[in-house]
Amino acid sequence: MILALAVAAGAIVFAGVYLILSRDLLRMVVGVSILGYAANLALLASGRPEPGMKPAIVPEGLEALSSAAADPVPQALVLTSIVIGFALTCFSLVLVLAIQQRTGGADADALREVEPPPTHDHQPALVEEEP
Amino acid sequence: MKGRILVLEVAARFLHPLMMAAAVWVLLRGHDLPGGGFIGGLVAVCATALVSVARGAEAARASIPLGAPRLTAIGVGLAATSGLPALFADAPFLTHLWVELPLGFTQLSIGTPLLFDAGVFAVVFGALGGLLVSILAIDEEEAP
Amino acid sequence: MISLLLTAPFLLPLATALLTVLVPSGGARKGVAFGGALASLLVAACLVAEVASEGVLRVAIGGWEAPFGIELVADALSAAMVLITALVALLALLFQESDADPAETSGYFHPLFFVLIAGVGGTFVTGDLFNLYVWFEVMLLSALGLLAFGGRVRNLDATVKYFVLNATGTLAFLFAVAFLYAATGQLNFAALAEASRPDDAARWLPFVSLLLVAFLVKAGAFPVFSWLPASYPVLPAPVLALFAGLLTKVGVYALLRTAAHVFPTAPVIFFEILGWLSVFTMIVGALGAIYHYDVRRILAFHIVSQVGYMLFGIALHTQGAQVATAFYVLHHIAAKSNLFLLAAVVARTAGSYDLRRIGGLYAARPGLALLFLVSALSMVGVPPLSGFWAKLMLLREGIAEGRYVWTAAALLTGFLTLFSMMKIWFAAFLEAHPAGVDAPKPLARATPAYAAIACFATVTIALGLFPEPVLEFLARAFGASDPTEALASLAEGAR
Repeated sequence: MILALAVAAGAIVFAGVYLILSRDLLRMVVGVSILGYAANLALLASGRPEPGMKPAIVPEGLEALSSAAADPVPQALVLTSIVIGFALTCFSLVLVLAIQQRTGGADADALREVEPPPTHDHQPALVEEEP
Repeated sequence: MKGRILVLEVAARFLHPLMMAAAVWVLLRGHDLPGGGFIGGLVAVCATALVSVARGAEAARASIPLGAPRLTAIGVGLAATSGLPALFADAPFLTHLWVELPLGFTQLSIGTPLLFDAGVFAVVFGALGGLLVSILAIDEEEAP
Repeated sequence: MISLLLTAPFLLPLATALLTVLVPSGGARKGVAFGGALASLLVAACLVAEVASEGVLRVAIGGWEAPFGIELVADALSAAMVLITALVALLALLFQESDADPAETSGYFHPLFFVLIAGVGGTFVTGDLFNLYVWFEVMLLSALGLLAFGGRVRNLDATVKYFVLNATGTLAFLFAVAFLYAATGQLNFAALAEASRPDDAARWLPFVSLLLVAFLVKAGAFPVFSWLPASYPVLPAPVLALFAGLLTKVGVYALLRTAAHVFPTAPVIFFEILGWLSVFTMIVGALGAIYHYDVRRILAFHIVSQVGYMLFGIALHTQGAQVATAFYVLHHIAAKSNLFLLAAVVARTAGSYDLRRIGGLYAARPGLALLFLVSALSMVGVPPLSGFWAKLMLLREGIAEGRYVWTAAALLTGFLTLFSMMKIWFAAFLEAHPAGVDAPKPLARATPAYAAIACFATVTIALGLFPEPVLEFLARAFGASDPTEALASLAEGAR
């Protein structure tokens, strides 16, 4: 079980990093969120899930979890990180769509608004905007 | 909006309240059974998504009660407030307290976790609904 | 009472953020914001007083003890950081009232501002690794909101650059959390410290290294600092001061906490690598600053270089160096935030952020020149300002530990810092204006700007003149002379 999760997480990391290294901004942010899923899988695996485990619900009339129950902590952590990852993904998608709409492209290398390329004599570009 | 689909538009008028009711139901059963504020909120966002597909981003924006940012703020407020009674009861922040209300036919347990869940519901509904609508608005601007 | 004090660093700003969304008018919003910031400062002062008299404070949220629950812990280091955070927030808000490059306050400026403060406050009081991650994400989201605020293409550009590296960094953090929980079944700092004590230190190396990567990205250290100069210059002055003062220091704080209290027994190679990274961070940051002419960019590269000093202190891994690092962080927050505010006033008065376009301000604004000099020289480390003690203690520890190369790099960086600070000062104040225009444009509302700057300068001078009480207070966080003793007392508290 752990081995399967580990292999899956590794494959997802591979896919995520591959996408992040792209120059296309949309691929980049999709890569970041995919990497997040690998982290979620790793969190889930940290509870050492095994086949035949019961969900972490206290049975009627008992005070504590049975020994066959899954560890509830990683599940709570995964839920939290899914929510956060969800919010980040939403935000980054809006961001990239807005850039695409305003500049007509999403090439990371073409995005030099904040750091304009140096002038031909290797001096930093003059700051144009007024404070 | 380019193409409007009449069937979807009419169906959305009926489905939207139904989905909102389902969202609230999921929220209320959440403490002891699968469900809860987050999932309920997502169902509510689905209802908003349906409206925005059927009738456009403006209609979807109007379908979020109080407006998305305000709903989010109120949600965070509710969730944070749910921790405060504990401070007065001399317990650590977010210690949850319960009250049993006998309603004759059933016992209703009301407690601060419900307040917390309602807060989460509002946050998820407000934040994700708002983001969804703004994504769709960008898309609509792009295709005049 | 303790529960109230420990939750206030994030609850108060959060409540303020909510209220600023709910109040309708701009004037009321401003009032709520100042009220919230003042209340945070007062509560932070109470927290410092309580920690000073009672020692380490702890509360398990919801009454759930570790390993299930989240513990809030405030020791001297946390309390001092919470206090300076509240101060920076208040002064940034004050500066916002002037007309020197303020942020647009329409829409969601105030809510985002206070959620950011809540995130920073949360990081300082949490005693739980996963909760630390959550606060990092709260900070990340609100910082992204503030960067994208206004929606111009340059804002969006900066936001993307900030997002990709920082989000990847926090994911490395999440992986580390997963692996640590799998290895120990604990997330509480004290419990992790207890669990990591066994002899085979090498076993912890992968986990601690992942944490290191995450915190280095946050701190803006070599080789993952490129997001910092690429995103900071688009921010309006008060927000820039807040980001520059607090956000990278959160990364440094997390690393200091990890190295001093959670994994003090990390293998030697970990600190060795950290030390060399700190050398590169110091020098690369200073060289970047020398190349540029945009004041904000120069100062942004200085953040990188100064973070290098703090990493150097953490890498020395002695108690003296840890106290010195904590002091350095406090000094740096006050001086660096102030430099960005000063830069905004200079740029607003002279007409540009570019040093090649301004000059000759000394004749018209000698007071401003002097105030700039206070913070700039403190940054360089000239006695009797705060930076002098911070650097002196670090260098002394470096020599005592036999780290001559690292110490030499730190000294060299001091000279490079002096050079580029003087470059700003000479170009902006002494040299004649390149266009021959000498009449500066006066600020319409100068009082709030100068009041905020004077407050920061006072903190810098006070830290320089009376460092002992602060150092004594901070030393409590790094407690007993034997690290294992401090550990044992921490672990005892957790049980």
